[in-house]
Amino acid sequence: MNMHAKQEPLVVVENLVKHFPVKIGAFGNQSAVVHAIDGVSFAIYKGETLGLVGESGCGKSTTGFALLQLHKATSGSVKFDGVDLSKLPAKDLRAMRKRVQIVFQDPYSTLNPRMTIGEALAEPMRVHKICPEKDIQGRVARLIRDVGLNPNVANRYPHEFSGGQRQRICIARALASDPEFIVCDEPISALDVSIQAQIINLLMDIQEKYNLTYLFIAHDLAVVRHISDRVAVMYLGKIMEIAGKDELFGRPLHPYTKALLSAVPEADPDVERGRKRIILQGDVSNAIDPPSGCRFHPRCAHARPMCAGEVPELEDRGEGHFVACLRVAEIEKETV
Amino acid sequence: MTKLLEVNNLHTRFKVRNGYLHAVNGVSFSLDRGEMLGVVGESGCGKSVSMMSLIRLLPPAAEITDGEVLLEGEDITHASVNRVNAIRGSKVGMIFQDPMTSLNPFMKIGEQVIESIVFHKKLAKAEALKQAARYLKMVGISNAEHRLNEYPHQLSGGMRQRVMIAMALLNEPSLVIADEPTTALDVTIQAQIVELVKGLREKLNMSIIWITHDLSLLAGMVDRIMVMYGGYIVEEAVLDDIYKSPLHPYTIGLLKSIPSLKTEAGSRLPSIPGAPPNLFAEPTGCPFAPRCTYRVDRCTREVPALATVPGAEGDRPHRVACWVDMRGRGIAQ
Ligand SMILES: Nc1ncnc2c1ncn2[C@@H]1O[C@H](COP(=O)(O)OP(=O)(O)OP(=O)(O)O)[C@@H](O)[C@H]1O
Ligand SMILES: Nc1ncnc2c1ncn2[C@@H]1O[C@H](COP(=O)(O)OP(=O)(O)O)[C@@H](O)[C@H]1O
Ligand code: SF4
Ligand code: SF4
Ligand SMILES: [Mg+2]
Ligand SMILES: [Mg+2]
Repeated sequence: MNMHAKQEPLVVVENLVKHFPVKIGAFGNQSAVVHAIDGVSFAIYKGETLGLVGESGCGKSTTGFALLQLHKATSGSVKFDGVDLSKLPAKDLRAMRKRVQIVFQDPYSTLNPRMTIGEALAEPMRVHKICPEKDIQGRVARLIRDVGLNPNVANRYPHEFSGGQRQRICIARALASDPEFIVCDEPISALDVSIQAQIINLLMDIQEKYNLTYLFIAHDLAVVRHISDRVAVMYLGKIMEIAGKDELFGRPLHPYTKALLSAVPEADPDVERGRKRIILQGDVSNAIDPPSGCRFHPRCAHARPMCAGEVPELEDRGEGHFVACLRVAEIEKETV
Repeated sequence: MTKLLEVNNLHTRFKVRNGYLHAVNGVSFSLDRGEMLGVVGESGCGKSVSMMSLIRLLPPAAEITDGEVLLEGEDITHASVNRVNAIRGSKVGMIFQDPMTSLNPFMKIGEQVIESIVFHKKLAKAEALKQAARYLKMVGISNAEHRLNEYPHQLSGGMRQRVMIAMALLNEPSLVIADEPTTALDVTIQAQIVELVKGLREKLNMSIIWITHDLSLLAGMVDRIMVMYGGYIVEEAVLDDIYKSPLHPYTIGLLKSIPSLKTEAGSRLPSIPGAPPNLFAEPTGCPFAPRCTYRVDRCTREVPALATVPGAEGDRPHRVACWVDMRGRGIAQ
């Protein structure tokens, strides 16, 4: 939660597109294209946390993967610290990899069951030549302590740990190469409710301690509100709204953001009794054949015929609040 | 209101490789007609096993070792398999988390829906299909006649869950047990399903037990909440009491650890240390003791009984299983 140094972008994503060719039809004999992300642009500033929210399948993970070059983007660019990653030769990309890391949702499948915790943490240090061999033991111990475990766990195996402890180990492994930027892809969704707060606190502590920048992907909006400085809302492969956390939660402007926020239950019976929920009609449309114009138009209560014809671009509504809606000016008047 | 369900001292355990896993350790509660009860707790605390024990819908390794279940005055604890089968689907409807695993992927929606009507009501097929279409419409599925001819995979997750709800309601049960019915769904679809169930409940005047791990979800939905931990009910009270004057350290800790509009940005969340228990050893003290900051000596020696104390609001009692009197020490209003 570093509010300083907002000026300097560390990551700049421009017009990123990722299409997956797939086979569909009863016999898998028809070719089709999943429009996983379709022209996504945003920047992440040094030291900040950008939250990325949206419903299942809207393209959050694909954005994170394409950003880290784990997926080859169909088009568009990702600049990290001024360098276009998609144009980087393989060996330079490898060097770049130590600066950018990822923590996944599932702490069970991401650790090698045959490697001790110590080996799992030492490996990236060796691969990226982070320090001389003699210093590795000490670094491993310090990392383990920094994620809230006892250094004597170094010679134990992943199966000996609970979900929350394993996620701590995954976080330590992400930190092992001394990165500047971490994509956290739903890092708490697989954890027990009473463990989630521990991991959120840990992520915030190490961000401060190691000066990290985060892309924090989650579908739990309360958690995103807590941990993020700015938040981007995705729907069907597009960013619909992006703004400072207080702006976005306090004054959402996009009809989809409004519906999404109104659907989130609060642990407060008085709030729940008094609230008027916007119930969206129907389901999220299909990413194989996304709706024309504004992708939200089939479910939008504010839609007009023009919404099916024209694709809204992200437009600056002041205070760093960007909205992609053709009718945002009219809707903003209603909000005030 | 009259009692629909009464459960006394229910124990269920699983036979595992070297001993037993104690999943449900003496669960007692009752449910009024038309009442909606929330059961909340984290993964593995015994929510599903305790509620499925009521209608004996359990895997073979499970055994109910003690307890009594009264449904509409009938003692069904030792009822025959035939009797229990008749009760499931007629008096008790069920909705599960993942409709894809409860629906047969190779059978058309219509055939699956009418199977249950034909079985319990002995209706002719054409009549049953008409009734099925009526129920699909009632749960908000447009184009219902057409959907009856489709297969489960042709429906979205939200629509499949609507089909499951329709099937649970077909025989107008007096009790519906919904086991995390929205956990696999997106939040906007969850909101649709919650509104649907709230509306149906009013219309059909049924009792509902809604199981979830999401304490926030229950705040706008149920009349009463039961909090489970380590195979026990640790607290039970009317809705407002649970959120505004919780008495069990676990409930208090859980409520404080949920980020909300009121939590300060950038602050650390008050978290519960440690991890939930495994249930292999029969507990000799309070199941929450290893993680509890209010622990006293007695806590590790004796399991606290679920005791009734006066509720903060209304005349409904508040039940809590804790050796320490937490009144006034919980959540500041
Ligand atoms: N390897 C792949 N091949 C084909 N389609 C894919 C692939 N990976 C993702 N997709 C599709 O791309 C879209 C975006 O997926 P993505 O995983 O980014 O969603 P997400 O927002 O992370 O969702 P969730 O909340 O479920 O994790 C979806 O329609 C998904 O089915
Ligand atoms: N088939 C089974 N065999 C052995 N243990 C089981 C089985 N099903 C559930 N359990 C155990 O019983 C306990 C309670 O499970 P359950 O009621 O499903 O929890 P939840 O509260 O998540 O619904 C857990 O410890 C779980 O691991
Ligand atoms: S562009 Fe039209 S359909 Fe899209 S969000 Fe705005 S009003 Fe709704
Ligand atoms: S009985 Fe003791 S350990 Fe258990 S919740 Fe109460 S104070 Fe904590
Ligand atoms: Mg994802
Ligand atoms: Mg369960």
